[in-house]
Amino acid sequence: MRREALFSLTLSVGLVAPVAAQPLGIGRPATPEVVVAWDIDVRPDGQGLPPGHGSVRDGAALYAARCAGCHGARGEGAAAEALAGGQGSLASAKPLRTVGSYWPYATTLFDYVRRAMPFDAPQSLSADETYAVSAYVLHLNGLLPEEASLDAAALPQVAMPNRDGFTADPRPDVPAPAARPTDRTEAR
Amino acid sequence: MSQRMENRRSFLRLAGVGAATGAATGALAEANALNVPPWTREQGATAPGYGRPAPEEKLARYPRLPPRFPGATSTVTPLQGLHGIVTPNGLHFERHHAGIPAIDPDRHRLAIHGLVERPLILTMDDIVRFPAVSRLHVLECSGNTPWLGAKPDWTVQDSHGLISCAEWTGVELATVLAEVGVKPGAAWLLAEGADACAMTRSIPLDSLDGAILAYAQNGERLRPEQGYPLRLFLPGLEGNLSIKWLRRIKLGDRPFQTREETSKYTDLMPDGTARQFTFVMEAKSVITAPSGGQHLREPGFHEIRGLAWTGRGRIAGVEVSTDGGASWREARLEGPVLPRCFTRFRLPWHWEGGPARLLSRARDETGYVQPSREALVAVRGTRSFYHNNAVFGWSVGANGAVTYAA
Repeated sequence: MRREALFSLTLSVGLVAPVAAQPLGIGRPATPEVVVAWDIDVRPDGQGLPPGHGSVRDGAALYAARCAGCHGARGEGAAAEALAGGQGSLASAKPLRTVGSYWPYATTLFDYVRRAMPFDAPQSLSADETYAVSAYVLHLNGLLPEEASLDAAALPQVAMPNRDGFTADPRPDVPAPAARPTDRTEAR
Repeated sequence: MSQRMENRRSFLRLAGVGAATGAATGALAEANALNVPPWTREQGATAPGYGRPAPEEKLARYPRLPPRFPGATSTVTPLQGLHGIVTPNGLHFERHHAGIPAIDPDRHRLAIHGLVERPLILTMDDIVRFPAVSRLHVLECSGNTPWLGAKPDWTVQDSHGLISCAEWTGVELATVLAEVGVKPGAAWLLAEGADACAMTRSIPLDSLDGAILAYAQNGERLRPEQGYPLRLFLPGLEGNLSIKWLRRIKLGDRPFQTREETSKYTDLMPDGTARQFTFVMEAKSVITAPSGGQHLREPGFHEIRGLAWTGRGRIAGVEVSTDGGASWREARLEGPVLPRCFTRFRLPWHWEGGPARLLSRARDETGYVQPSREALVAVRGTRSFYHNNAVFGWSVGANGAVTYAA
């Protein structure tokens, strides 16, 4: 299971739509130049990361000014959820799901900060600022040294502790009540 | 104020819901002869331009939990006060992560790009030009029904209110994908909203059966909190995937691993691993009358009413127990029984006046049976947060009061 199972999903897919005989001709072309301001997604392989760089030290100042108010001075959580801590807690009675303990990809952090943070001014940070604050949050989790900085090449290389912690959906996973054995069929 | 009105108001307080509740059906004493009331002796009002419920009807959504931020909350549908299967638009549950954006529909655009032959930008006028479909479907938040923290005074709105059912109209996603031409190798799409968190989810192309780009709900354009002017609607799958305020679709060869599909909307298991891409909402049911907060005023006939649904096709049947699961009876399903839609079930019941425990258990056309909480917890523990579809019970006290009972 795990990574292999998820990846196999991507290989076993057919096309959703039948091939159109003739396009209806609705809409206008979406050239890269037209969609550039919206084309902000970043994948684990680094596709979508912009040019630029940012250091843990630069990120510390930015984090204090723009993030600490909601997430706590060291990412311990306040009005908003914790960003750091919790490593080793996932199998316990009180799991703490943070960037360091739970998130499988460092690229997701960049993507989310870029699209949704800071809460009071989303999509206001520059690429350099986004690299910097991502670096600092990873540093708070012990995943980057204080002198580190990140760019499009370095960010996908950050080793995330819970990288292999995810499995595919095994449902249905609960046996039907014994009183109705005929209700369970292989067709499920 | 007459004594009769006071009686009626205290009855409503006991019922905990608006006057539309069907559970507490005890007749009020009518000692006096019928009179001709004032509303029969004078001309009535004219209708407003956009109609409203009667002033006496107080059904409303409310946040399930106090929001940590004003822009990130979920509000619950008052299932205990609704009839049939359709949720009125103003009462459809809603969840947003960054507030409800105020979108100018004339300036809204949908971009479709990535692994496609003909990347397109569509206006709302463009989208409405495509061949359209209208379908009745249920939409359930995967966080509906908390695993932990149940309270005896829970209403069904508290426990199950993150689900609603409506007729959705729009263009099939398959139609639009045919227009852009899916390139070989494309296997996933990223759907992105125009709200302040640019909400994004990755969805495999083989999970898009019946997907709609919806611009209307129950006959009128979407409400702002439902994604106006355009949302993705994925029948049978967890609600978060049905991205609201849809602005962009990108096709790719693998999942994009967004925050919502990694740090959220993953199901943590007791061994510390987490299930990812758990899309289907499995069969589930709940009794809406009698239900928590309501009050049976007198012994005798009461119709047990509830809702069942499944993300895998149609509901095949619902069993109801009035003795805590010792015995079960087959409820009557109200037709038409539609795929991935609410199915209303009903069972006549004679309440003897003593304690009772009401349960419902749905099964769907695949043979899947809604599991007990014990069976579900045995596999998944209690920390997975999402996808709790366990059998759910109400306790009727000897005094007729209805409370939550596991």
